Amino acid sequence: MDTHKGVLVCGEIAEGKLAPMTIELLGVGRKLANELGEDLSTLLMGSKTGGLGQEAIAYGADKVYMAEDGLLDNYNSDAYTQVTADLCRKVFPSIMLLGHTDVGCDLAPRLNGRLGGGLAMDCMALSVDPTTKLLVSTRLVFGGNAHATVISKSARPQMATLRPKTVPPAERNDSRQGQVIPVEGKIDPSALKIRVVERIKEEVEGVKLEDAEFVVTGGRGIGSAQNWGMVRELARVLGGAVGATRPACDEGWAAVTLQVGQSGKVVSPKLYIAVALSGAMSHISGCLGSKCIVAINKDKEANIFNVAHFGIVGDYKEVLPALTAKLKELKSA
Amino acid sequence: MNTIVCVKQVLDPEIPPAKFKIDAEAKQVIPPPGVPPVISVYDERAVEAACRLKDKHKGKITVISMGSAKASDVIKHAISMGADDGFVLQDEAFENLDSFGTAYVLGKAIQKIGGYDLVLCGRQAADWGAGQVGSILAEILGIPVVTLAFAIEAVDKKLRVKRVLNDGYEVLEAPMPSLITVSSEIGLPRLPGGMGLMLARKKQIPVWKAKDIGAESSQLDKAKAHTEVTSLSVPTRKTECELITGGTPGEAGVNLALKLIKLI
Ligand SMILES: Cc1cc2nc3c(=O)[nH]c(=O)nc-3n(C[C@H](O)[C@H](O)[C@H](O)COP(=O)(O)OP(=O)(O)OC[C@H]3O[C@@H](n4cnc5c(N)ncnc54)[C@H](O)[C@@H]3O)c2cc1C
Ligand SMILES: Nc1ncnc2c1ncn2[C@@H]1O[C@H](COP(=O)(O)O)[C@@H](O)[C@H]1O
Repeated sequence: MDTHKGVLVCGEIAEGKLAPMTIELLGVGRKLANELGEDLSTLLMGSKTGGLGQEAIAYGADKVYMAEDGLLDNYNSDAYTQVTADLCRKVFPSIMLLGHTDVGCDLAPRLNGRLGGGLAMDCMALSVDPTTKLLVSTRLVFGGNAHATVISKSARPQMATLRPKTVPPAERNDSRQGQVIPVEGKIDPSALKIRVVERIKEEVEGVKLEDAEFVVTGGRGIGSAQNWGMVRELARVLGGAVGATRPACDEGWAAVTLQVGQSGKVVSPKLYIAVALSGAMSHISGCLGSKCIVAINKDKEANIFNVAHFGIVGDYKEVLPALTAKLKELKSA
Repeated sequence: MNTIVCVKQVLDPEIPPAKFKIDAEAKQVIPPPGVPPVISVYDERAVEAACRLKDKHKGKITVISMGSAKASDVIKHAISMGADDGFVLQDEAFENLDSFGTAYVLGKAIQKIGGYDLVLCGRQAADWGAGQVGSILAEILGIPVVTLAFAIEAVDKKLRVKRVLNDGYEVLEAPMPSLITVSSEIGLPRLPGGMGLMLARKKQIPVWKAKDIGAESSQLDKAKAHTEVTSLSVPTRKTECELITGGTPGEAGVNLALKLIKLI
């Protein structure tokens, strides 16, 4: 166990740059490493890693491991697992951090299975226990109804995936010094069992849900695809995005990429209007960061009223058209 | 096509938040009285995925669940949907295992069953939601894994899987056997038919103990757990909600607009 030292961030590259998630991880990673008095390192994979090593150093890394290989340009579970596991077996990190992203969700548990570490997924907070020096990971359990803290006493590395946008990004300091270290060794192509056939990006009309300042989310109570139009219209008038609860996605009223919640997107707009949804914790945990939450529900006991700032108890079919029309009028005035 | 599905029995995740109670000391949830446990949501969808494959390619679906003797209920539920066989893995040594322990036990049972083309898991359990048993299990079995699937087809002895991405999806091709974890986007599970319910009622569900699957006690030693829960708490967050009213719901809508315009 003492052979394991330091914090390793599994980096991600998006469109030739360090992914925002990676910059957030470098921020927490630096803090944890300082508290332990150990090094922060990061692994970058791909053939176009160019000046990104220096950039990772500017964001706090002491060492950057570069695995340069065309096979790593896009995420491939087998290849990434192999390269990352090999590096861990060489540098023995005590803590390993990944983003709770498309990559991290897949890579972290698999890597954990291979290395025999201790992993907590989708964490909201990470810290080092001052006495034991162990990583303490806080995560939502029971659909967001409870918080749990998790530690790994002896298994190494102590691993965690961090939910995006839960910590501020690291501050950039271009005068920081560090080391860029190429990772030796080729990927064994015979170990690549899964073939990526294609990747399809779904274009969204209007504003992207995660970036929207205004989100209007409809739930099961909307009742039909036709009535879903009212949710869309309000979002359009606000210049915002549409969100959906899981049942609304299941019904096919909204695209699955619009699901907000624990197993969907996490949003933190200025205004979140929740229409005809009950406010299950697993849904609310995806929108609690919103500045203002508005609930429209015909059941005054619905849990959504416990987290809303403004609410109307009533039938959305009567409330929404009036609200939308008035907002339209006020906005054009 | 032979599929093994791992299903977990969990506290009904749809109980209202007000009914959700914990024993912070024991780091356990206190199930509300009179609410029966259910099959974990994603696992039910994994059974659905298996049934869709069976509809097309025939074959056999075997379901396993590690838990209490009552876990036979979720296996019967899977059988009523279209699964053929099932086993409960129940032993004192299996209680409160971490993800590695769970994957180890499931792996032992799967090796005993053998002859599979595909192993399905849910993306995460609806209770503790660790989100890792499937991937660890695949590593233990030494088979490839695809996570977060929302469509699975068998084409020319290969599996074609669509995986959910943040802004779309990817299509992957995996050999058989592989392990796939299923996400809710696969769609709603079928309702059990009369025939299925009858078959399920009649079915005997064997219970396998540690010795039946050759699980070694050294692998189930809680002192060597990979992870440990150190605290469980229920966050209290109650916002003062200002209710907006009006003579009619429409008027309330207009009054809300007048409030909101200041925020826009
Ligand atoms: C592990 C796990 C992960 C999950 N992840 C997510 C997730 O990411 N996102 C998510 O959304 N869910 C998630 N869920 C599901 C979640 O628990 C709830 O089942 C779901 O959010 C409920 O959706 P809903 O509020 O639309 O439906 P319901 O709970 O059925 O609520 C419908 C509401 O509409 C109201 N209503 C009906 N008609 C009207 C009307 N005419 N006018 C006004 N109000 C009306 C009703 O009063 C009711 O409150 C998850 C569950 C689990 C177990
Ligand atoms: N006790 C169990 N019995 C059967 N399958 C399980 C059990 N625990 C976890 N699984 C499977 O592993 C998946 C992921 O669980 P978890 O990693 O605990 O979130 C679940 O969706 C199930 O398919």
